[in-house]
Amino acid sequence: MLKIENLHARIGDTEILKGLTLSLGAGEVHAIMGPNGSGKSTLASILAGREDYEVTAGNITFDGVDLLELDATERAVAGIFLAFQYPVEIPGVSNINFLRTALNSIREQREEAPISGKDFLAKVKACAQLVELDGKLRDRSVNEGFSGGEKKRNEVFQMAMLEPRLAVLDETDSGLDIDALRIVSHGVNSMRSADRSFLVITHYQRLLDHIVPDHVHVLAGGRIVHSGGKELALELEEKGYDWIVDAQATEQA
Amino acid sequence: MSAAEENPLLDEFTRKEYEFGFTTDIDADTLAPGLNEEVIRIISHKKNEPEWMLNWRLEAFRVWQTMEEPDWAHVQYEKPDYQAISYYSAPKSKAPLGSLDEVDPELRATMDKLGISMEEQKRLSGVAVDFVMDSVSVATSFKDKLAELGIIFCSMSEAIQEHPELVKQHLGTVVPVKDNFFSALNSAVFTDGSFCYIPKGAKCPMELSTYFRINEAGTGQFERTLLVAEEGSYVSYLEGCTAPQRDENQLHAAVVELIAKDDAEIKYSTVQNWYPGDAEGKGGVFNFVTKRGICETRAKISWTQVETGSAVTWKYPSCILKGDGSVGEFYSVAVTNNAQQADTGTKMIHLGANTHSTIISKGISAGNSQNSYRGLVQIGPRARNARNFSQCDSLLMTDTSGAHTFPYIETKNPTAHVEHEATTSRIGEDQIFYCLQRGLTEEQAIGLIVNGYAKEVLNKLPMEFAVEARKLLTISLEGSVG
Repeated sequence: MLKIENLHARIGDTEILKGLTLSLGAGEVHAIMGPNGSGKSTLASILAGREDYEVTAGNITFDGVDLLELDATERAVAGIFLAFQYPVEIPGVSNINFLRTALNSIREQREEAPISGKDFLAKVKACAQLVELDGKLRDRSVNEGFSGGEKKRNEVFQMAMLEPRLAVLDETDSGLDIDALRIVSHGVNSMRSADRSFLVITHYQRLLDHIVPDHVHVLAGGRIVHSGGKELALELEEKGYDWIVDAQATEQA
Repeated sequence: MSAAEENPLLDEFTRKEYEFGFTTDIDADTLAPGLNEEVIRIISHKKNEPEWMLNWRLEAFRVWQTMEEPDWAHVQYEKPDYQAISYYSAPKSKAPLGSLDEVDPELRATMDKLGISMEEQKRLSGVAVDFVMDSVSVATSFKDKLAELGIIFCSMSEAIQEHPELVKQHLGTVVPVKDNFFSALNSAVFTDGSFCYIPKGAKCPMELSTYFRINEAGTGQFERTLLVAEEGSYVSYLEGCTAPQRDENQLHAAVVELIAKDDAEIKYSTVQNWYPGDAEGKGGVFNFVTKRGICETRAKISWTQVETGSAVTWKYPSCILKGDGSVGEFYSVAVTNNAQQADTGTKMIHLGANTHSTIISKGISAGNSQNSYRGLVQIGPRARNARNFSQCDSLLMTDTSGAHTFPYIETKNPTAHVEHEATTSRIGEDQIFYCLQRGLTEEQAIGLIVNGYAKEVLNKLPMEFAVEARKLLTISLEGSVG
């Protein structure tokens, strides 16, 4: 479904991704772990179409389509969703109005009819229940005055509403207490299906206890340096990243 | 890299044609350009005015000749040649109009383009519309219904004929003739406007609405509006403007006077969308307006304005809080794009004790425009426990636009409590990206963010105006982030 080949990208003069290769099949959950500054969030931003980054080499295809040719809106329409690490606040715009605008914009671009008010509200209700988002948060301005945990739950709520084919979770566990972590994970797990893939970016193995991945990759120095099954996360938790990064360095030398 | 290269949309939309740029081809009775006593006599004569009205105009003209055009505002423009303007233009009509059906079909078509089909208005919205094209009111509806309550809502010309004592008693009492250069000019040459009188205790059951429209090329429009709310009465008044595209500048110098007697409340809402000129600022309306209200004991005046048009705006809807316990409010959204310049704000003059005022101003600057808030909060020596809260926010859409805030606070009573908050922010790229990632287009994203920013003010507008205002904001700013 998603194929990233030899991706090089930079912001300003700093090269951050240096030949990243990764491929995700439909219905798979992949976790990306790695030390700070390894390029995890850059990867998420590039997938979503943020223009601050310049792709200097390599390519990304999504269902065979050249993703780098699409702008951010077109990628959302194609079914890519990014759960932000730091969701922004949009004062004066209610969560509900925001989502309805988003959903109908996507539908319009897919040449589908707008969702009816009744269907929309039913969907809101179901999705809000999924992440235990209460009515007040649905009606308040987008993320305004939300706690860290509420913002993350709101991201998963939006994900459930928009039903993407590929969801990228950028450190969705950061700043979550154990209850919020459980709620968010439950939301994500409920959405797992044979034609929906997840790319879960995280620092901590803790999240992967709840969202169990099919594959775990270590991103270091702008490349995937090691891949394995779900047990790799435990190993990383125990031993840190140094042993892989060092081994990689030795191999290259 | 230039802003246009960064964002091709910016280029596309800043060249967007003014959507209401059309003119109506109607035979007009237009006076040759120029201003002198003779012109004023002709205007007064054409309008069949009583002697006192003519004398009032002539006195205003004499005062105006001694005055100089103000230049303290943060705007730059070429001063109009006041002798090159025609001061009277009336659509020709063969006989007084008894019903809407008699209105010129061309005029009706114009109303349709403006989205104010009279029938629709009558049937659906319950809004009485006093439609001013150029300088003469041509259609007024709902008058009978209002008459039952003793409410008078008519053109100023008609009021001078039918209710001379009411006009004489109140005209110029809030904005004196010699208040400023433009008010003196208006007093000398105003050709029409609206008059509204709400008798004691009456609550006006509908929003009173007037659409002004400049139509004749080169004709300055000088409306005069007088609104008197007697003791314990209530009225909500809507004023909306669109103007057709012109190459030369058009001067618009209106005067609005509001009088709220004891325990009366006046809500005055404006959506202003005069032609702003082209992307270089050529053409466009000069909007030099004096709006002021006076509040007697426990009276309340609330100004709400959404300003998106005009090349140059100079406008400070104000409240004189004369009576104890009176309340003044000012809610404003001012959008400037391309080469537009706006210097707008309010004056809250606290004279009585326990007077309260609130100022919420939201400026939005795009393109190369300049947007200034200028406000005065004055607490007089008798104004014990006066309170003011002011919040002035500015939102910048581009690096090349400017936002300025000029707050003046003068306090002569130690018990006064004055609060002023001001913020300036740049529209967030993070906010826009967040919206794009959720599938919104850039126009939708900007519309949503800007409407959210202005929500506090938009919420103060009556429902039907709020919808129009939201659309206007989005249209005015589409693709303008650079």
